[in-house]
Amino acid sequence: MPEQKLECRGKDALPMSIVFYIIAAFTVAGGLAAILLKNTVHCALALTVAFAGQALMFLALDAQFAGFAQILVYVGAVAILVVFAILLTRGSETPKDGVYSKNSFVGLVIAAGVFAVLGWAVLGSEKVLPNEKATPTVTVLEIGNALMGRYVLPLEIAALLLTAALIGAVIVAMHEKEGAK
Amino acid sequence: MIENADQIFVLLKHWLIGFLPTGLQGVAGVLLSVVGIIAVFPTLFALAVWMERKGLARMQNRRGPNRVGPFGLLQPIADAVKSLTKEDIVPLRADAVVHFMAPVVLTVVVFMGVAVLPMGRNMTLAPMDAGLLFFFAMGASTELAVFMAGWSSRNKYSLLGAMRGVAQMISYEVPLLMSSVAVVMITGSLSLDKIVAAQNQYTWGLPHWYIFTPWGLAAFLMYAIAATAETNRSPFDLPEGESELVAGYFTEYSGFKWALFFLGEYVGMLSISGLGTTLFLGGWSAPLASLGWVPSWFWFFSKVLMSIVVFIWIRGTLPRLRQDQLMNFAWKFVLPFTLLDLLVAALWRFMNDSWARWMVCSMILLLAYALMGGVGMSREHFGLRKYRYAE
Repeated sequence: MPEQKLECRGKDALPMSIVFYIIAAFTVAGGLAAILLKNTVHCALALTVAFAGQALMFLALDAQFAGFAQILVYVGAVAILVVFAILLTRGSETPKDGVYSKNSFVGLVIAAGVFAVLGWAVLGSEKVLPNEKATPTVTVLEIGNALMGRYVLPLEIAALLLTAALIGAVIVAMHEKEGAK
Repeated sequence: MIENADQIFVLLKHWLIGFLPTGLQGVAGVLLSVVGIIAVFPTLFALAVWMERKGLARMQNRRGPNRVGPFGLLQPIADAVKSLTKEDIVPLRADAVVHFMAPVVLTVVVFMGVAVLPMGRNMTLAPMDAGLLFFFAMGASTELAVFMAGWSSRNKYSLLGAMRGVAQMISYEVPLLMSSVAVVMITGSLSLDKIVAAQNQYTWGLPHWYIFTPWGLAAFLMYAIAATAETNRSPFDLPEGESELVAGYFTEYSGFKWALFFLGEYVGMLSISGLGTTLFLGGWSAPLASLGWVPSWFWFFSKVLMSIVVFIWIRGTLPRLRQDQLMNFAWKFVLPFTLLDLLVAALWRFMNDSWARWMVCSMILLLAYALMGGVGMSREHFGLRKYRYAE
């Protein structure tokens, strides 16, 4: 089944680099705001901007499924979860002793380490997958077939893990009710 | 002539962009379609508001708006002038940026969801392979706008309304998605155009709409319940319950921003009705093979407006639910029933096309409904209410 594309995409589409730089600036700005803003809820909202930017990046790379799933899961659910967690625990007011962590150096080292590992993996991928030169056209149908066929075991394991987490969350939440009675 | 009436908007668009140089035609075509959507849906919004005020008034033994224009039809214009010229008040302690962004985000996201709906033959703005997923991605983003509005107002009623709204929308989003998955399983595609094409067939002059199958009817009912909750409509309008929360998350909004929230709510209602029409009611296909000569867009919009009438009818009939009833209903009845319906849809897909298939699928669903309803009702203790937290 051929990939159905938007009508506007085609010969008159902007070159990749300009689109990339705009989206990248948007995403990085969102990410920076998420760590630099003082109000925790503002941070969460800025993080959502970064998530949306990533989704746009997926869409710019013609990965429709990944892009929409990113919006559905991260902007729709994870952002709401983060916001709920903030409001239900400490509140959004800025603490008196500042919001920045004292041991920011450790965080910097960890971030640099993660970045190095990711960069190493991305740069090394060309040797591992030498036949992936052409742009792949992955349709939603193919993703579904792959998930239900070749990768059905990982999918089931993930499902089991999530179910266990769900039951665990319910048990944690139920504890209070038993104590009250 | 008949074909021209069906394709009148498509032909009009091609005629208009024909005046432009070839390089600009692609961009101009998309822009023109966007302008069309931005013009049509607020008009439908005005019509829906008028219908709602008139219909509710009839049900409550009043006359409703009857001063501006014939039958009060021009009332929405007067309302629009009023809200546009009103003073825009932002509370002193409010978070000005987030307070401003919330209605903008809501309106943008709601209009983007409309882009994937097939409003007629060849009348989809963005015919995507994963159109259904796009619609739900946009729908999920409205929750954030609701939260932003409630939190930035620095008002406890707003915040409570927003929290209720977000909790409710998250709870009912699951059955909304699950009931649509049944349609995707039978059609084998996430593309809304293909879903309509699969339903646009006739046997003995009768359409192959999914609502006319056992699993489709069950999925449609669950979809309708979830859609009512998702758009915060009565009887699920707790986030804006006037007797408890003033106006919920948009208490602190006035003038144009309030109008944007109102617009977002109604366009959300129109678009979710449009998706329901596309998934279960055959989209733009005619209800009888002999009515195929009527333009396809006419069928789509009349089905959407019929759904709006049902929304209004339900609002005039049912009382508002309590918060615990709302959550119990979502997680203990709607979600299990949608999951069962998924299994029935799978059974339907793999059984031969015979009367046995109809019998088996209908019996499973009816039995499950009777059983779950019976258990649910027997657990309800009808009598004096006991409050756990009010001691």
